[in-house]
Amino acid sequence: MHPAFSVIFFTTSSGAGYGLLALMGIGAAAGLMPDSAMLAIVGLGLALAMITAGLLSSTFHLGHPERAWRAFSQWRSSWLSREGVLSVLTYIPAVIFSGGWVLFGVDAGFVRIAGLLAALGALATVVTTAMIYASLKPIPDWSNRFTLPVYLAFSLATGAILLNGIQALTVAPVPALRWLAIVFILIAWALKVAAWRHNDSLALPTAASATGLGTGEVRSIEWPHTQENYILKEMGYQVARKHAARLRRIAQGLAFALPLVLILIGALAGPAATFLPVLAAVLAVLSMVPGVLTERWLFFAEARHTAALYYGYPHARTK
Amino acid sequence: MTSSPAGANSRPSQRPLNTTVAPPEGDGVETSPKVADTVKRTTCYMCACRCGIEVHLDNGKIRYIGGNRKHPVNRGVLCGKGSAGIMQHYSPARLRKPLLRTGERGSGEFREIEWDEALKIATDRLANIRATDPKKLAFFTGRDQSQSLTGWWASRFGTPNFAAHGGFCSVNMAVAGLYTIGGSFWEFGEPDWDHARYFLLFGVAEDHDSNPIKIGIGKLKERGAKVVSVNPCRTGYNAVADEWVGIRPGTDGLFVLALVHELLKAGKIDLDYLIRFTNAAHLVINDPGAADDGLILRDAAGEPLVWDRASKSAKPANTRGVAPELAGSFEVGGRTVRPSFQLIAERYLDDAYSPDAVAERCGVPADQIRRIAAELAHAAFDQAIELPIAWTDMNGVRHETMTGRPVAMHAMRGISAHSNGFHTCRAIHLLQVLLGTVDVPGGFRSKAPFPKPVPPGPKPAGKDGGKPDSPLSDMPLGYVHAPEDLLVDENGGPIRIDKAYSWEAPLSAHGLMHTVIRNAWAGDPYKIDTLFMFMANMAWNSSMNTAETMKMLTDKEADGTYKIPFIIYSDAYFSETVPYADLILPDTTYLERHDCISLLDRPISSADAPGDAIRYPVVEPDRDVRAFQTVLLDLGARLGLPGMVADDGSPKYRDYADYIVNHERRPGVGPLAGWRGEIGDEHGKGAANPDQLDRYIENGGFWKYELPEEARYYKMANRAYLDFAHRMGFIDKAEPITFHLYSEVLQRFRLAARGHGDVRPPESERARIDRYFDPLPIWYTPLLEADVDTGALPLHALTQRPMHMYHSWGSQNAWLRQITNENRLFVHHATAAKHGIADDDWVWIESEHGRVKGQVRLVDGVNPDTVWTWNAIGKRHGTWGLSKDAPEATRGFLLNHTISDLLPAKGAQRRYSNSDPVTGQAAWFDLRVRLVKCAPAEAGMTEPQFPDLPAPPDMPKSPKVLSYGRLFRKLRAAAS
Amino acid sequence: MTSLPSSTDRKLGLVIDLDTCVGCQACVTSCKEWNTGGHMAPLTDIEPYGAEPDGVWFNRVHTYEQATDTGSRTVHFPRSCLHCETPACVTVCPTGASYKRSSDGIVLVDEDKCIGCKLCSWACPYGAREYDTEVRVMKKCTLCVDRIYNENLPEEDRVPACVAACPVGARHFGDLGDPASPVSRLVEEREGVDLMPELGYRPVNKYLPPRARPSGSDESAPAQLEPVTAEGGFFGWVDRMLSG
Ligand SMILES: Nc1nc2c(c(=O)[nH]1)N[C@H]1C(S)=C(S)[C@@H](COP(=O)(O)OP(=O)(O)OC[C@H]3O[C@@H](n4cnc5c(=O)[nH]c(N)nc54)[C@H](O)[C@@H]3O)O[C@H]1N2
Ligand SMILES: Nc1nc2c(c(=O)[nH]1)N[C@H]1C(S)=C(S)[C@@H](COP(=O)(O)OP(=O)(O)OC[C@H]3O[C@@H](n4cnc5c(=O)[nH]c(N)nc54)[C@H](O)[C@@H]3O)O[C@H]1N2
Ligand code: SF4
Ligand code: SF4
Ligand code: SF4
Ligand code: SF4
Ligand code: SF4
Ligand SMILES: [Mo]
Repeated sequence: MHPAFSVIFFTTSSGAGYGLLALMGIGAAAGLMPDSAMLAIVGLGLALAMITAGLLSSTFHLGHPERAWRAFSQWRSSWLSREGVLSVLTYIPAVIFSGGWVLFGVDAGFVRIAGLLAALGALATVVTTAMIYASLKPIPDWSNRFTLPVYLAFSLATGAILLNGIQALTVAPVPALRWLAIVFILIAWALKVAAWRHNDSLALPTAASATGLGTGEVRSIEWPHTQENYILKEMGYQVARKHAARLRRIAQGLAFALPLVLILIGALAGPAATFLPVLAAVLAVLSMVPGVLTERWLFFAEARHTAALYYGYPHARTK
Repeated sequence: MTSSPAGANSRPSQRPLNTTVAPPEGDGVETSPKVADTVKRTTCYMCACRCGIEVHLDNGKIRYIGGNRKHPVNRGVLCGKGSAGIMQHYSPARLRKPLLRTGERGSGEFREIEWDEALKIATDRLANIRATDPKKLAFFTGRDQSQSLTGWWASRFGTPNFAAHGGFCSVNMAVAGLYTIGGSFWEFGEPDWDHARYFLLFGVAEDHDSNPIKIGIGKLKERGAKVVSVNPCRTGYNAVADEWVGIRPGTDGLFVLALVHELLKAGKIDLDYLIRFTNAAHLVINDPGAADDGLILRDAAGEPLVWDRASKSAKPANTRGVAPELAGSFEVGGRTVRPSFQLIAERYLDDAYSPDAVAERCGVPADQIRRIAAELAHAAFDQAIELPIAWTDMNGVRHETMTGRPVAMHAMRGISAHSNGFHTCRAIHLLQVLLGTVDVPGGFRSKAPFPKPVPPGPKPAGKDGGKPDSPLSDMPLGYVHAPEDLLVDENGGPIRIDKAYSWEAPLSAHGLMHTVIRNAWAGDPYKIDTLFMFMANMAWNSSMNTAETMKMLTDKEADGTYKIPFIIYSDAYFSETVPYADLILPDTTYLERHDCISLLDRPISSADAPGDAIRYPVVEPDRDVRAFQTVLLDLGARLGLPGMVADDGSPKYRDYADYIVNHERRPGVGPLAGWRGEIGDEHGKGAANPDQLDRYIENGGFWKYELPEEARYYKMANRAYLDFAHRMGFIDKAEPITFHLYSEVLQRFRLAARGHGDVRPPESERARIDRYFDPLPIWYTPLLEADVDTGALPLHALTQRPMHMYHSWGSQNAWLRQITNENRLFVHHATAAKHGIADDDWVWIESEHGRVKGQVRLVDGVNPDTVWTWNAIGKRHGTWGLSKDAPEATRGFLLNHTISDLLPAKGAQRRYSNSDPVTGQAAWFDLRVRLVKCAPAEAGMTEPQFPDLPAPPDMPKSPKVLSYGRLFRKLRAAAS
Repeated sequence: MTSLPSSTDRKLGLVIDLDTCVGCQACVTSCKEWNTGGHMAPLTDIEPYGAEPDGVWFNRVHTYEQATDTGSRTVHFPRSCLHCETPACVTVCPTGASYKRSSDGIVLVDEDKCIGCKLCSWACPYGAREYDTEVRVMKKCTLCVDRIYNENLPEEDRVPACVAACPVGARHFGDLGDPASPVSRLVEEREGVDLMPELGYRPVNKYLPPRARPSGSDESAPAQLEPVTAEGGFFGWVDRMLSG
């Protein structure tokens, strides 16, 4: 699949934003959050900004953004519509939660309830995003049991790394969150590796099945049109195996390994808010961003669409 | 039984729903939008197939072009090109106004001029030529459908130097057929699609009978008839064939004669048919050294003699009740004579023609050849059919049924475009005739005006080379019957600029358009003044040796004048040839003009129904262009050509439409056969009818005459048909037509080469004539192949026509070019492996003559010794309204650069044209090449490259986005 | 509504015969020309005369070579929307622009509702959806919904443009929901197949596979001819035949 920047940015940015929102919401509901208006402003502000930026960016991807409101109508059947509905609905508790926290403190009853609702909305929105991909049968790299947990884990891991950074920078450290970040990173990492493994060994439909010819090797010898068309531009994207392997290593290094090490250093280095843990937490965020973008780029670029079979695209990963 | 609806696609599974009332759905979809305010029925010209189209117009714009179900050619279907007509009509490459060259020839610099100035320039030049030496005008036309007009114009002008495209196209098909069975493959005959059980297709990718062949193949497939394709390439029709014989190019003659060998050996031939319809029983004089050796023994009246088994004596072949002998040797008047069939049998029973002997050369296993022979015999004899149709033969004998031998064959340029194609095509006809499958149910059938007597008439005019201010005695193109008919001077040298009808190509019934530019440039046999061309892209894809052709067109004498002093060209579009002319006469598109698809030319007949058709303007030109035929008549009138001016010197014809209606070639015979006579109640012959065109238009643009059932087969000997053909003026006399398996015409040339007769070839030509004018089909290695080092050039290289592209015209078409805008060289996997070539590699394709660079695509479906590419996709930078970086010019390549127009030099000997030695047919497919993998730095761009050509003045820029059809949506929205 | 109808009154679709398709592209251009002025007009072409022309086409024809144990063959393969019975292209659509008609099963896009999110094209396994970058909406084969019921066309012309044009008659059209319809019978007789049935979209359009091509012909034909062996060989045979 063509790795469109708007979609990569949307899924990563809003994913992290929702993760951050969810963690802060649950944290608030569970009474684990320090009552810091600063934390609320920076943390929730960032979460909402990232969510909003992601959503806006996803509308850039639309041919007719002015008609985007129509996308709320088909929540009964369409995950994309559900995502739209939930993302908007989530704003309600999210705004109450953020405003309430800043104005009335995190421990106000309605703030905690709003926090919980915002967290549920955020996670549900991430689920809908994941389900958009997971439900696309023509793309077996996505329509498998890993997509949903990976999206959730990524959302939470990136949210946690962010939260860790924010906490470090603001005055209200919650040391437990560091360990949470580490756990989420490990889960996301494990899931992602498993997803890659799964995809690498997928038995995909063949050109013989795509054409109904059934047996033997079916090779494309002429395209219907000599130049690339919409289908090829959108779904014929191919990334060389070597290149992909390198990018996977980079993604793992930047999104998982390095943040993990940095956060560990921070955790072991002593009291929060001292120089080293702050630096480590910030570096973890800085490392995570390109790492997750790379992972998401690969998520699209490595995904193989059955439509490309008609154009003779090899269904095995190319060298 | 309900009567089935008209049209080709009318199987129950192709008809409308049983109720076509829109179901209630409530989605607001307009299911009955207005389609058109006008529908005009005319004839397609996206190619030369002549299908009937319905042009749907809404507010003067073409909404849609559909097929005309009632039309005999396409019966409602359309090909890929036909449906893209809108984009041709609105092509950005359309010429807009007459152009006069301002820069150097070939630079593409022009200025626009008015028609009056253009016509005056042309008239002054041509008047001078006509008054001094009319042959200094060489008038050559391409694939137009008005050769009866253009040929007539040339003959009235008085130049013998006229021809159309047939010489570089498929004259081998035409001549081999006409000199053998009085008809021909190509578009002049058709398989009996409704009855054939076994179909053998030789060397066809598309043909001029584009839709009829497709409809026919559909029928065969539906009936489960077996389709066998003989073709080095497995694409298109050959891909759907039940059996693909991936033959080595140029060897079909051997393959076919091996089939003949098998059939003869097994006695699987139709002796009765041979006696009744062919010259198999005619007695051939066997008297080596005599002036009539090898000719047919005739009585005083000229009737061929046969050996009557009953009386054991020679009798005229037309004697009632004669029982001719087919084999043996007899003495008549002290001379030894043998039925020609004896010669045939002796020759092809020889083991040299056995499957085992030819298999390796053809690349076809001997067992496969044997099996195909057995299948042919099985279908022809064991599955013979009998149609319950009574008919009367030319002896007045009534037959209650028609016997059918359901084996049909068809062949085209894969046979034709080789220098041995004439003989190979004769071999195919021999095969058909031995099986008794010509013009019988299930076999190959002629379309009116064929069959014609063998050999056909009339003879070519212009033997005197043309006289000042005088017309020729007849049409410049015709059929020679003997050396006396050649157009040669007293030294045996050619009289025509293209050397047609000379010893180099005696039976060149279509001329040799492919030699004109070189000969005019070289002044061989003489210099000309003006080269006048119409509708042929000679500076690109219809020339061999394209790069040098461009040089010849621009080459100058020492005094700075051009070697070809003046070039007039009529094109409708900005093709590669436009920049090489001095004066451009811009033509209309096919939707803007009158045309006439005439029985005098290349009509729309089917085997069941002679017919003809017109085109008429369905939209008005929006540019200052004129229909070429109208311009030609205008020029003729300005020149005062006889027949084109009235007695008072005024133009006789207002325009081409006027000519179509009022011109009479012979009394009562005009361009159109339908609705003749003052009130339009006659067909064939009759007085001019002023309303004729209206009648055509009312009838959907065509006329056809359904032959009565009894006249549909056995046309060569069918009284009902031959009487009809005579009445219509197709043939001069209602006499039976005898197929010439043994060709006396060829033998006459051979005798001349052996020193007999008054007109003899010069010494230097004798061996060649003697060799190639064998009265029976022979096979020889294609000439170029025989002359090059095939070890160094191990591969055959071919082109094929894409079904959706017409030569170079298609690339200006926004829709068609999306389908193909660059071409690959298709190479067999195994061959590529041997050469170290991988898929997508760039290679040099090198011949003895030149090289061209292209990109490879590996396939299985090709003869391993053959590589091929799509024809005429490669374009020159800047032309056809395409951007300079268009793939057609950057990656598309033209194989023609590697094809020499001359055979390789052999010592001091004159270099012959790369053509068939009998007919002059250009031998495009004799090409031999090697592949050389490109250096990495060379990949990505084709070569050779030529300078960009600037667009003519005022040609609008091609649009960046096309939204054709938006208007109709607006109109619909406005209406609702 | 992007919820699928639980059933449709008819299942209109195409049947394409891969045994006879010669790859001529007639269905491709006839579709283009009808539809560029039709229900989804225009079918925009970008850079029509440039280096990378790219237009909207509802029907495209591929060429394949299929290599099996018994040999290799060339197959031409037209591809357009299959009007699936359970197509995710419809259910994924967030706006209701994409829908399946409950009357005849035709899958359509309502351009006025389409936001151009392209998700439906991702959801179509067959690559049958075409995004018009100029109009910025999704387009696709309409099964010529503006022809097959069009009262402004003569009755006999109310078939899809591609079916009318196909010169070899390789395309068929009708109600595949009615087992007695000519198309259903054809599918049955020729053992028509679904494309990628494993994905569960239940395409309505069917493909008729290329028929087996035995190297021999008619089974009753001998593998080779027997020479005439009787007295006098071939010429003896001729003599006897003529005296017969
Ligand atoms: N779409 C379309 N239709 C056209 C044209 C066009 O340009 N486009 N051009 C028109 C014109 S002018 C003409 S002349 C006709 C020509 O129509 P075709 O005769 O179909 O011409 P080609 O495409 O040259 O196809 C020649 C075929 O012969 C095969 N071949 C080559 N050498 C041999 C051989 O030695 N033996 C055998 N058995 N086969 C061989 C090639 O593989 C190819 O399949 O088409 C006409 N119709
Ligand atoms: N390598 C290779 N070369 C070949 C062949 C091959 O098989 N292989 N085939 C050969 C054969 S058989 C043929 S027939 C030739 C064909 O070759 P050409 O006869 O050159 O055919 P086109 O390229 O169609 O060029 C015809 C010209 O007519 C112009 N034209 C189109 N419509 C009109 C019109 O309405 N009026 C006027 N005045 N002009 C118009 C076009 O713009 C174009 O410039 O190619 C030959 N060349
Ligand atoms: S074959 Fe195609 S292009 Fe040629 S006349 Fe017929 S419809 Fe037109
Ligand atoms: S073919 Fe594709 S676009 Fe058509 S209905 Fe099926 S899934 Fe939808
Ligand atoms: S592109 Fe249009 S039709 Fe397709 S899913 Fe999006 S809104 Fe629906
Ligand atoms: S049914 Fe109509 S829209 Fe669909 S492919 Fe055929 S012509 Fe095109
Ligand atoms: S029109 Fe018919 S034969 Fe031609 S490509 Fe389409 S389906 Fe195949
Ligand atoms: Mo031709």
